Amino acid sequence: MLVSSASTVLFFAVIAVIVVLSPGSEIVAERFFSPRHLWQSLIGSGTNLSVLGAFVLNVKIFTVSEVFILILALVIAVVRRIPGPVFFPFRLVAVAYTDLFRGVPLILVLYMIGFGVPGLGLPFVSYLPDVTYGVISLVLIYSAYVAEVYRAGIESVHESQNAAARSLGLTRWQSLRFVVLPQAIRRVIPPLLNDFIGLQKDTALVSVLGSVEAVRAAQIYSASEFNYASYVVAAFLFVLITIPLARFTDRLIARDKRRREAGALA
Amino acid sequence: MNEGPALLLENVHKSFGENEVLKGIDLTVEPHEVVCLIGASGSGKSTLLRCVNLVEPIDAGRVVVEGEEITAEGVDANRIRRRIGIVYQSYNLFPHMTVLRNITLAPREALKQDRAQAEENARKLLERFGLLDKQYEYPDRLSGGQQQRVAIVRALAMRPHLMLLDEVTSALDPELVAEVLAVIKELAREGMTMLIATHEMSFARDIADRVCFLEAGHILEQGPPDRIFTAPEHPRTRQFLGRIIEAGRL
Repeated sequence: MLVSSASTVLFFAVIAVIVVLSPGSEIVAERFFSPRHLWQSLIGSGTNLSVLGAFVLNVKIFTVSEVFILILALVIAVVRRIPGPVFFPFRLVAVAYTDLFRGVPLILVLYMIGFGVPGLGLPFVSYLPDVTYGVISLVLIYSAYVAEVYRAGIESVHESQNAAARSLGLTRWQSLRFVVLPQAIRRVIPPLLNDFIGLQKDTALVSVLGSVEAVRAAQIYSASEFNYASYVVAAFLFVLITIPLARFTDRLIARDKRRREAGALA
Repeated sequence: MNEGPALLLENVHKSFGENEVLKGIDLTVEPHEVVCLIGASGSGKSTLLRCVNLVEPIDAGRVVVEGEEITAEGVDANRIRRRIGIVYQSYNLFPHMTVLRNITLAPREALKQDRAQAEENARKLLERFGLLDKQYEYPDRLSGGQQQRVAIVRALAMRPHLMLLDEVTSALDPELVAEVLAVIKELAREGMTMLIATHEMSFARDIADRVCFLEAGHILEQGPPDRIFTAPEHPRTRQFLGRIIEAGRL
């Protein structure tokens, strides 16, 4: 305890000294950490948007996206495992989907969906709000990742569990639903939450479609006030919302570990 | 449906790739008969049971259960499996479910029993085998013997006409074997038709109406336990039993 506190203090003291003694430290302090600008960009002013207010949009984007991702990814993971030649085209689509959307950078998908779909001039689907195309892009990309997480979970459940369920007369679907998936999902909750932490940050990229979320609002502020404190505020907000999820994930992992150890003893 | 033998195997062949595990098995199990399969590991005992339960498709031959050929084209395997209970060496209980839920899952989902009825049946069975106080426990809180008894109860809850037991005591500590064997003896007394693969020779001798000695995918010899264990005809059977006696297991 004593050693760890001492080393922590020393570590941060060294960093602080380096920052303070650097030649540009005064300018950086004014441009990034001016209390007035920090506060003003956070709550907004007559001429500028509040970064905090804009951050609400980020929260909305990832909350809505998460729900769709959890569902779509599960469908993809399950489809990928349906046996039988009849379902070959479905499996092919599922595999192609994961390969494609894990490979393409999010920002390109945003451009293609956000500018391409409205460009088609189709009734209804081409006239949605910008932020909807942002959500669609996030769902497309992250579902590919999360489907793989689900798949790893499903494959980690030993085949004997499925065999036991099937030999009791349960159908393939019943076995998946009652025996395999509940165990698989429980095991992948930590990596799933980890992906969601990534998703929370990536909501910032939706700004390329013109949606005014936190990063966009910060950019607007910095452009009009010639001060970067707004970016620091935006960064702070992202970290603030990520930490609880990160700690929650840690706790789940620790609980799982305890359980496994207890199970090994029994 | 209840015509002829409980189980009939005719010239059953099964290969895994190049390796032919069953090389023409003929076997009849009459209703209420207890048949034990003995033989070295890899002789095909487990594969035989898995073929009867349609876990493994057979390559040639027929499996007939109560007059119905279950290996024919287009037979609904799920319907057949509901009539045949199987218990594995490694219990395979569902770890995320309580004992009660483990037992009631298949009756509720496959037989569409309502919850109250399924739970009542399950509790009756648990009580009979001294496990009622464990109904709300999760499998990892139970001993191996208790888990295996729950696995047997889970299979019984489907009211099978035939039970297949695949070396159900092999994974247990020696002091837990007896409680599981007692359950099986109880089932035999009640007239359950059973096909049992086992390494417990004295148990086989005790419980079996007939013992089959498997060797390299064939049934080399079969007969009442007294004859098989005291006067085996085939030299390979004598050799196998000789080794068992040497190991102090008979």
